[in-house]
Amino acid sequence: MVDHQTDNSFVLEARGVIKIFGQSRALDGVNFGLRRGEVHALLGENGAGKSTLIKILTGAYQPDGGEVLLDGEPVHFADPLHAQSHGIGTVYQEVNLLPNRSVAENLFLGRQPTRFGFVRKSLIEKNARELLSRYGLDIDVQAELGTYSVAVQQIVAIARAVELSGKVLVLDEPTASLDKLEVEKLFEVVTQLKERGMAIVFITHFLDQVFAISDRVTILRNGRLIGTEPLSGLTRTDVVRMMLGKDITFAPAVTGIEERAAGPALVEFTECGKAGKIHPFSLKIRRGEVVGVAGLLGSGRTEMARIMFGADQCDAGEIRIGDKPVALKSPVQAIAHGFGFCPEDRKVEGILGDLSVRENIVIALQGKLGWFKALNRDEQMEIAGKFAEDLDIRAASLDMPVKLLSGGNQQKVILARWLATDPNFLILDEPTRGIDVGAHAEIVRTINRLREEGLALLVISSELDEIVAYSSRIVVMRDREMVAELTGDNINPSVIVQAIAAQHETVSAEGASV
Amino acid sequence: MNRSLRPLAATAVIFALAYAASIFQFPGMFSTRVLGNFLTDNAFLGITAVGMTFVIISGGIDLSVGAIIGFTGVLIAVLIGWAGIHPLAAFVIALVVAGAFGAAMGAAIHYLEVPPFIVTLAGMFLARGAASVITQDSIPVTHEFYSKVTSTYWLMPGGGRLSMIGALMIIVFIVGALVAHRTRFGSNVYALGGNATSAALMGVPVARTTILIYTLSATLSGLAGIVFSLYTSAGYPLAAVGVELDAIGAVVIGGTLLTGGYGFVAGTFIGVMLQGLVQTYIIFDGTLSSWWTKIVIGGLLFVFIVLQRLVFSASSSRSKVFWKLKHE
Repeated sequence: MVDHQTDNSFVLEARGVIKIFGQSRALDGVNFGLRRGEVHALLGENGAGKSTLIKILTGAYQPDGGEVLLDGEPVHFADPLHAQSHGIGTVYQEVNLLPNRSVAENLFLGRQPTRFGFVRKSLIEKNARELLSRYGLDIDVQAELGTYSVAVQQIVAIARAVELSGKVLVLDEPTASLDKLEVEKLFEVVTQLKERGMAIVFITHFLDQVFAISDRVTILRNGRLIGTEPLSGLTRTDVVRMMLGKDITFAPAVTGIEERAAGPALVEFTECGKAGKIHPFSLKIRRGEVVGVAGLLGSGRTEMARIMFGADQCDAGEIRIGDKPVALKSPVQAIAHGFGFCPEDRKVEGILGDLSVRENIVIALQGKLGWFKALNRDEQMEIAGKFAEDLDIRAASLDMPVKLLSGGNQQKVILARWLATDPNFLILDEPTRGIDVGAHAEIVRTINRLREEGLALLVISSELDEIVAYSSRIVVMRDREMVAELTGDNINPSVIVQAIAAQHETVSAEGASV
Repeated sequence: MNRSLRPLAATAVIFALAYAASIFQFPGMFSTRVLGNFLTDNAFLGITAVGMTFVIISGGIDLSVGAIIGFTGVLIAVLIGWAGIHPLAAFVIALVVAGAFGAAMGAAIHYLEVPPFIVTLAGMFLARGAASVITQDSIPVTHEFYSKVTSTYWLMPGGGRLSMIGALMIIVFIVGALVAHRTRFGSNVYALGGNATSAALMGVPVARTTILIYTLSATLSGLAGIVFSLYTSAGYPLAAVGVELDAIGAVVIGGTLLTGGYGFVAGTFIGVMLQGLVQTYIIFDGTLSSWWTKIVIGGLLFVFIVLQRLVFSASSSRSKVFWKLKHE
């Protein structure tokens, strides 16, 4: 690693930055140096600390330790506006502009030229047209920003940020909702700014885009710096390995699963896809097997799970349960077919924090039974008690609010919720994220037990060691597409890493240079 | 056409059609006399609605305006009748008190992060309560300044009379429109209504703008209180009960989106005139209960909210399928 103390060429630098939330260290002594005229990719899985680092560099958070230097001088940014006045502009994935105002006003809000107290609209519009023409954008600047595509809005946001700050531009997942042509357009703008000497931080989940445009890459994992390297010396596999932290070893193989799982499919998805979300995929899931889903964040894993649970509808393809084709138009229908879904974001989509453990466990069962078969309190207690014991949910009382439990116990409550409905197909999206090691092992044991009891499971996870330990088959997602299905000896982390990193022409590595 | 103009255009068309139909039935309604009465009778509502337009564009609501009209009316009557102060001085005091009250509400909304609905509801009770503590009765105002102002008017072609308070309302609308569409403050109001978080990140002074918006609304309510005082020559604590809802109605009918970010001061003018038109129609008809005004306004409000929903949801669905859309 470069010795940052002696390198004076950095425009913006973080030295040994620490950020603590509660008891966990979101950033633990991270160094980050940004040079003039470079595109510097910042990579890491969810929870790696990317956004925390960016928020510290742009003044949204204050570091709990370490320092931020601008042109070699220590600085303290009180808020993003303050950082902006020092030359650091940020463009977020969700464009932080005003869709209800004109393009011109979005560019000049807060610094409109006035005469006799009145805003000089025609001057602003003229300036806006000139400004945007430098970015190759010839649009009606009087029209509302919201009437333009996200790509145009991104470019307007970039133009504003560059105009106001001018030294450093942070692009926080700018391409997440753009298509190939729009990404190209954006990259043209980024390249042009780089040539003008702007220092650009580029955050994305798309590896192809990292390789297409970045000069250097910094990789974070679990709040720690893994490394900063020039991209020219790296392969995709190196990058994925650094992100996922895998020194390739063989995990204990699961034996004897395939024979048991050879029966007919419980549920079968044929060419199911949704435009802009996920390419059509086909997958059969049998009783007594765990299908693991591997892939980086944003690869389409969650989108697939949502389609399977009826939370999103596919616009093509067929879903069969047993021999019958079915339509999954809502989670209610999916539940009626015996499906269960533990979502990725436990706090937002999973637990009902203020309700008790008991209520959280019985709610899906009650939903399945309908309004008129209300479970009385004793029945609820009995069901909740049984599952709390089965899954070893540690709560002082079944009537305490579920938000007071630890992450691992909350996860078990959600699992109990679905098990109470007596499901035959369970989808678990990152069931072990953010929970401690002990609870982690228990969840893995529970997954294995459920498989032995004859459930069909689909488990999404970025923990490669974990996913190979319980999966009968593994499907690999990349760029919103199912790219590989691994069985037998291929179920090992190094094959998965290869599959995730493989060169592929769907998105834009080549696109940007066409 | 710009989508935010569509509700305004719809209001204008509906007003034109309704007025044409009224004239067809009662040709007498087509005269500047009727127009003059229109303006005079609705002056206090119009002035209040201008302030309300700013509040609603910023994404807020102000329920205190009716109570402030009542309070300033009583305050003025007391200052003139009991303290013997000249009406002009009383007006200045009333405007300052109302403005300070609005500033306090704006500060509470911003710094305490309490929803405007709650803060201005509290403000409504406070102002109405304070007015009733001063007096329970209607206090007549007898001052030669009052009789002079109320007897001053400009003759319009066709014999209609443009009273001073009617003219004042028109001036408030013109100034309001200029402030909304041509000043930085106006831009900031729209910015807050569009997305307060983005606005703050873009450098809009959120605290100052919020406080100014409610100060403006309360000051204009105070001005409406003055107009109401001139109009009735009295101060009564229960005056203008429910005017906040008439004002909100006029703003929404005028094409301002209740969720903030879109709207026109000129639209509010048509909204007020539409309410006036319904009242005038009922007077001409002579058999209908005046409560029909409320029914018609209620129906119109419903139509307009549905209309806005259609206009804005139709165009915002774009954001869900953006990757399929054409490129610039």
